[in-house]
Order: sequence, then C-alpha cells, then structure tokens
Amino acid sequence: MAAEASVVERLRPTTAQRERIARFAVRVRANTKAEIGLAIVLALVLVAIFAPVIAPYSISKTDISHRSEAPSVAHPFGTDSLGRDIFSRVVMGSRISLYVGFGSILAALAIGTVIGVIAGYLGGLTDELLMRMMDAAMAFPPVLLALTLMVVLGPDLSNVILALAFVYTPYIARVARSAALTERNESYVEAAVARGESNRRIIFSEVLPNCSAPLLVQGSLNISFAILAEASLSFLGLGAQPPTPSWGLMINVGSGFMDTAPWILIFPGLAIGITVIGFNMLGDGLRDVLDPKVDTVAA
Amino acid sequence: MPAESHATETAVDSTSEDAPLLEVKNLRTEFRTRSGRVVASNDVSFTLDRGETMGLVGESGAGKSVTARSILQLIESPGEITGGQVLFKGEDLLERTEAEMGPIRGKEIALIPQDPMSSLNPVLTVGKQIVETVRRHQDVSGAAARERAVEAMRDVGIPDAEERVDDYPHQFSGGMRQRVLLAIGLSCQPDLIIADEPTTALDVTTQAKILDLINDLQETKGMGVLMITHNLGVVAQTCDHVGVMYAGNLVETAPLETLFDAPRHPYTRALIDSIPKVDVSYDELPSPEGSMPDLGELPAGCNFAPRCPYATDECRTAGDPTLEAVGGSPSSAACIRADELDLRESATPALAGTGRDTVDRSGDPLFEVRNLRKYFNAGGGVLGGVTLSRDDGLLPQVERQQVKAVDGISFDIYPGETVGLVGESGCGKSTVARTALHLMSPTSGEVYFDGQPLHELDGSAVRSLRTEMQMIFQDPQNSLNPRKTVGQIIGRAVEKADVAHGAEKRQRVRELLERVGLSGDAAERYPHEFSGGQQQRVAIAHALAAEPRLIVCDEPVSALDVSVQAQILNLLNDIQAERSIAYLFISHNIGVVRHSCDRVAVMYLGKIAEFGTVAEVFSPPFHPYTESLLSAVPHADPRQVTDRILLEGSVPSAIDPPSGCRFQTRCPRKAGAVCETDVPELEAVADGSGHHISCHLSVEEMSERRSFVEPQGRLD
Repeated sequence: MAAEASVVERLRPTTAQRERIARFAVRVRANTKAEIGLAIVLALVLVAIFAPVIAPYSISKTDISHRSEAPSVAHPFGTDSLGRDIFSRVVMGSRISLYVGFGSILAALAIGTVIGVIAGYLGGLTDELLMRMMDAAMAFPPVLLALTLMVVLGPDLSNVILALAFVYTPYIARVARSAALTERNESYVEAAVARGESNRRIIFSEVLPNCSAPLLVQGSLNISFAILAEASLSFLGLGAQPPTPSWGLMINVGSGFMDTAPWILIFPGLAIGITVIGFNMLGDGLRDVLDPKVDTVAA
Repeated sequence: MPAESHATETAVDSTSEDAPLLEVKNLRTEFRTRSGRVVASNDVSFTLDRGETMGLVGESGAGKSVTARSILQLIESPGEITGGQVLFKGEDLLERTEAEMGPIRGKEIALIPQDPMSSLNPVLTVGKQIVETVRRHQDVSGAAARERAVEAMRDVGIPDAEERVDDYPHQFSGGMRQRVLLAIGLSCQPDLIIADEPTTALDVTTQAKILDLINDLQETKGMGVLMITHNLGVVAQTCDHVGVMYAGNLVETAPLETLFDAPRHPYTRALIDSIPKVDVSYDELPSPEGSMPDLGELPAGCNFAPRCPYATDECRTAGDPTLEAVGGSPSSAACIRADELDLRESATPALAGTGRDTVDRSGDPLFEVRNLRKYFNAGGGVLGGVTLSRDDGLLPQVERQQVKAVDGISFDIYPGETVGLVGESGCGKSTVARTALHLMSPTSGEVYFDGQPLHELDGSAVRSLRTEMQMIFQDPQNSLNPRKTVGQIIGRAVEKADVAHGAEKRQRVRELLERVGLSGDAAERYPHEFSGGQQQRVAIAHALAAEPRLIVCDEPVSALDVSVQAQILNLLNDIQAERSIAYLFISHNIGVVRHSCDRVAVMYLGKIAEFGTVAEVFSPPFHPYTESLLSAVPHADPRQVTDRILLEGSVPSAIDPPSGCRFQTRCPRKAGAVCETDVPELEAVADGSGHHISCHLSVEEMSERRSFVEPQGRLD
C-alpha cells in the first residue's frame, strides 16, 4: 500500500511542475511559429484519430463509372483512376504518415539519446567508438540507406519504421552527445560525483533530463524528414503496398495521370507539404522557445 | 555611403563650452515583461563635468548598466527609453535617430565593456579592431589609422605595441585585453568614457594597474569618465563624485569624501558597512538584512524601507521619495529622513570582536595533503602536445608537453578549522581542491582523510568516503540541477548518505532548508526561482545533507553581491561553530579570506608561496608575492592610501614555468642569480613556527612593511 502511494505521489505533478508546464505553454503561445506549427500538428493528429468518421467513402471502394473525376461537391478532391475518393484516401493517409513519423522517430530517440548521452558524458574511448559507428551510418544519404534496408527487410510498413528509426538514430545521437558534453561540465554534475553517485545514475537521472530541449527540437524536425522519407519509399514502391492510402504511393500512382487528372497527385502532395511544414515550424518554434539565447521576450 | 558621411558632419560641435559635459535629466528606461512594465532606470538625474570621474555604484540589478546604456541609446527591445533628457554638451542625445547616434558612439562617447574575454572579436587582430574604430570616425588612410592604433596601444601601456598590433586577442592576457578595449575606446579621443565594470573580471593585481591607468589617462586627456561598478573600493580609488543606485533609483549623489564620511541615505551606509575592514576583527561580518526587491514587485513606500533600520511608518507608505538636496551638505539623497539622520558612524560597531576562535591543532589533522601534483596534457586529443626530439644522436624520444597546474603542494586541515587558498586566477587553486577530493586523480602525491590514504583506495572506497567530504561551488546556478526541485536535490543527498528515507527524509530536508535560512516550503520549488544568494543557501543545505566533516568551498561568494556575500559567510561560520566542520576555502578575494579563515596558503603558479595563520600571512615577514597581492586590494576608504607594489607582466605559462623560483620573472625584490637557479623551499620563518615562506630573501628583508591587519593610521 505504502509503496503504491509513493508511486502515485511521484506521478502526480507538484505545484512547481504544473507552474512550469503553464509557463512553457505561455511561451509557446507567445511564439507565432511554434503556435502555427502546433496547430497544424494538432489538427493532423485529430484528423488521423477521427479519420474513419471524416472520410465519406471507403478507401478501397472502386467505382469505374466515376473514374478520374475532377473535384466536385460529391468528391471534393476528385477521384482517382479506379474511381476511389481521393479526399477519403488523403484523410486516411494521415494515419500512415503520422504512424511512420512518430513511430520511427520515437524509436530513434529512445536509442539515439542513450547512445549520445553515454558517449558525451563518458567521453574518451567509449565516445570515439560509439560516435564513429554513428558517423559511419551518417555517411550514407538517409533515403539511400533506408532504401537499401527496405530491399533487405522487404516492403512492409513496420519495416519502414524500423529502417527509418535506424537511419535517424545517428542524428539524434549527435544532438544528445553535444548536449551531454555541455551538461557534463556544469557543476551540478560535479556535485553529484562529490555526493558519490554512480555513473549510471548521473547519466540517466542528472544529465539526461537536461538534454531534453535540443532533443525535442531535433525530434520534431526529424519527424518531418521521416514522413518525407516514407513518402519517397512508398513512391518508389518499397514502402507501403497498395491499396494502403500512403501519400507517397498515391503520388506514385497519380504521376501517370499528371496531364489528364492532376488532382490525383496534387492533393496527397499538398498533404505531405502541409505536414512537413507543420512539424518544421513546430521544431523551429520550439528551438526559439527552449533556447534562452534566441528568446526575444525578456525572461 | 552618402548617409554615413552626412551623419559624420552632424557630430556634436563643441561650441557650447559652458554646458556641462553630460547632464542626465529624469532619464527613465522601462522593460516590457509578461507581468507588465518594469522600470529599470527611474527618473535618474546627474551631471558630469569635463575632467571629472563619476561613479555609479549599486548591487546587480540596481539599474547602473541600463542607465549607462540609455545614454548611448543602446537599449534593445523589450527595453525602451520612455522619458527624460541626456544632454551631452548641451544637446539632447535622445532626440537623435539611430543613424545620427553613429558619430557619437565611439567618437564622442566611448563605452568600455566589462568582459575583456568576450568583447573582442577573436578572428580579427587587435590592430584591425582599433583601426576599424578609427576609420569609422576619422577620414584617415589605412596607414595613418594603423599609426593611431599603435599610439593608442602605447598610451594604455601595452609593451611592444608595434609588434603586438598584429596579434590576435587570444594572444593577450585578460589584463592586456582590457587594455586593448581601453585603446579602442581612446583611439578617437572621446570626451566621455563610460566604463562598465572595467575590472570586475580581472585579478586584484591587474585591477590595480588598470584603475591607475584610467586615472592617469583621464588626467592627461581631460576626459569625463562614468565609472560603473559594484565595488566601493574601486569607487574610492578612482571617482570624484558618486551616485548610488538602488532598485532603479538614484538614491544618493555626493562628492567622494562626503559620501564615505557622511552618507545621507541609509542604503549607502549599509553598502559601506557591508565591506569588512581588513584591520578589524569581527565576530560576525556586518550584513544588511534581506536583498534588493524584484523590480517587478517593488514595495509600496520607499524601495529600501523593508531593509532599512531607520524606516518609519511614513517610509513604508508614503511612496518612493525623490532625490533632493540635503541641507548643509553637498549631498542629495532620496530619503525623507535624510536631514535628521546622522549616518556618519557605522551602524554596526558592536560586531567588531575578537575574530575567529583559536583552533585546537594538538590532535591529528582531519585532512592532509602531501606533495600533491597534478599535470594536464597540453593540447587536446591523443597526440596533442606531443613532440619528437632527438638529442645527442640517441634514439628519438617522445615528449609530451604538460601543464603543471599543481606542482608539489602540502598542507593540512584540523577539525573545525578553515584553511584558505588564495592566488590569482590560473594559479591552480581549484585544481588543488578537485584533486584533493579525488574528483580528478592526482599525478602524484598523498592525500589522507582522517588517517585513511585516499590515494591508495579504489573507486568504490573513495565513493563511500565522499559523504564525509562535500563541495560548494562558485556559481550556485550551475551547481543545482535545473530540472529538479530543491527538495529532490537535497533529498537525494540525504538518501545517498543514508541519513534518512521516506517521510523522515522530507522532514530532514525541511530542517536543512530552515537551517540555511530558507522556508521549508522552498523544497517544492525549482532552483531558478531563487535569487543567487538563496541558491547558494540551497547549495549549502545540499552539502550539509550528508553530514560531512570537510567541505571544500570553491569561491562560494564571488558570484554574489556584496551585501549577500556577508550573509553567506556568516552562515558558513555559524554552521562551522555548530558542527565543527572543517573548510577548505578557495578565494581570490583577500578581504573574504581575512575574515573567514584560520590559516591561509598563498599560491602562485602551482606552488605555495606562503602558508600560515591569517595574522602571520598578513603581517611581516611577507613573501614578495603576498606583499604585492595585499597591497593591490583597493580600500573602500578614499583616505586610506597604500603604496601599491604593481607587478610587471602577467602570470607565466604553467607549461614552461620559470626556472628557480616561479615568481622570479615578476618579483619586485629579486635577490639575484640564485632566484633563477635554485628552487626555494617552503621553510618555517622561525623554528617551530607554523608560518612558512618560500623565498631566498632573509626574514629581515621580508619584514620592511607594516602589517596589513593591525589598525592603520589614516593619511589625511
């Protein structure tokens, strides 16, 4: 019972933590870029959650009589070469994109942060070994590396997540390492050493929480890259397989009808654009909000 | 650029000679914050004449720098100058546009920034940076501008100016960089120099030289100087006229002597009192209560009323008083009781006492360091600083350059004792502390804690001893993890040392917070919600949590304001008296060491030059380095003149330290060739004496000067 109570107590935010979150919210609200980015991302998340309710047609229901129709009231984004409603497919496609974006980057964050913080804090040979491995992975262009991995793993959506997580881990690790390098020299770390704390505890309990700001920024920027990469992979036929409504795949299919029915690729293209811009603005805005040096409103 | 040449023509002409050089009238600068507008400079008015030095003193956040920057319109958003006039030679500078300010800045009014380390562009040679200023304001050829640069460098006493003009900033020491900044300021012969804490980042011996230089230059060139500083010692050494600022207001202006002899505002009195006098022993250091209010939450009445020992109900309610002339004196004060109060005498004479209790050194020392050495590899990386040399036809030898940060140091600390380590920056003080605690492993040497040889123990054994030895750091903001609440930080230390757990732990945290003078509820808050002084209290509570027997204090008060320094030092003293904890106290501030330590080791370039009790070190015989260090401290008393011994040059590199005595290259009393060849031993001054000096001079030769701690006659 007592142990349970203490867990509950630990999970419940203290007054100071609540104030801290409130202050962060105020700062995000004060930053136009972060606010717009957050609005786009939140809207996307809502669309993805309620996609089955929003989408008026089934994504796979073909209708030969209404093939390649231009946008109309019945089909706001038009229909594709098989007569499927593009609006419905774009709405459902948001689920794929966010699933891949969040999935791969969360995995990359989990692995990359640990590698980077350990390398940055311990330094020396550990740092050299870990970071040279990361450098080797970074030496390949991200999409090319992901392509190679997809060829090995086989085209499947969960494999896309696996491949992209692998590709983006070194980028996260770099950022985590440089953040940890800075934090390592702060005297609270020395205070923890003087207190007799183990390396493990210092790394995960003292240093890591202080590296979260740049990681949050890097993470949200990388989500947009990952979404773009998923679209590229699907466009090349190595990602999601038909009839999955992946935006990249839809562009691939639509590219054959560019002259006759441009809406088949314009709308998924726009969706990718807006999503990428949303995450980018969020990342950029967060950087301004979290970095006191770029802060324009006096603290 | 046509706009620029046009602007150059509109520089202030010097026709209105009768107007004062600078007259600031009701200057008001505000900052927009989320919680509303904050007035950083509130109706500030003062006058500065040609050839005069005016000081602006106050604690950090008092509005000194904002006022100075407002004069040059260097206030950036969200700051805004909202009222008043800045009359420079009779013309209101605030009416000038940004473009029209160009010819004023640097040419008519020069700003000398505080930090010589970051104020110079590291990728341009210093010569280029001076030339840049010259050519911006004067229509001269490149060659002539360079001539001017060399001249300006010579003026500020940079040796070999002609050769050094093409050096980069990193090739200069801190003091020399400050001289370069002065040279940039002087290069266009401005009429007014605004010096913003010009010596705060420098060591005392360098500070003394820079202040002398500013005084000399001002006299020969007849400029006006606006000196911004928090250090009353600096004011006493340089200014003719002083303005005291508090919470955005100018609370008192007076001629220098009048300010120190008969202050009219209680805050001025408190500020003067908060500086411990070297020749008085204190039971407790004088410290004003509380700290400056946050500019966003000013009290209803006089801003100083909550801390003022003379405050009446009227002071607390009747609004903030304005600066008014005080009858029968040249001073002006913003205090409604200025006429009736007599503040000529210190309000805290009762504090003078016998000083520190004597320490019982009959038993075994708690902590002992013998022949400690710490060498760092010069240059980064695996192959950094490695050279191959081949002498006498032998096989090539690999040599690695090493920085000898600490080179053979021995001292001991007894229970309940405070041992001070003083010296200029870069002398190895902090390295000694970290090596002694095994936060870094020493290159060689022995360290004993309570008889246990730390140098022989393995990692986990050292770790278990860590709870006995704690550390307090210079900057409390960095030493507390910003992502954890104060309660979590201190609680972890309590838990780690196995003192208490669970509810008992939380109780213990509250007790610790209350012991260091904070409320127990502080545990719920994050470190950044506290002021610097409060953060240092949290850091002390953190160190005490493990119930240690030795605390290493690394410059524990140098990041704090004067009035807060005394509070922290008193707290440390009280805690020591209660629990008989031993302190290793590292500081560059001689005044602080004088009042907080039992014994002092003076370090120079990785070695101890002199070691003994405070009375012994501060009295003859002196090591020549100690003597110059003590003489360089600026007294916060304009009438007390010490004949300073100014050291030549700067501290040599620890990679290749001078042969023989390490101080021989700068020693004003060098005995001869023996200093260059033989390394002096740290020897007892007399048989059985604890006073050790490492010098080739005889005891008689080192005893020519009077003591620095006995009461001294004033030179009127």
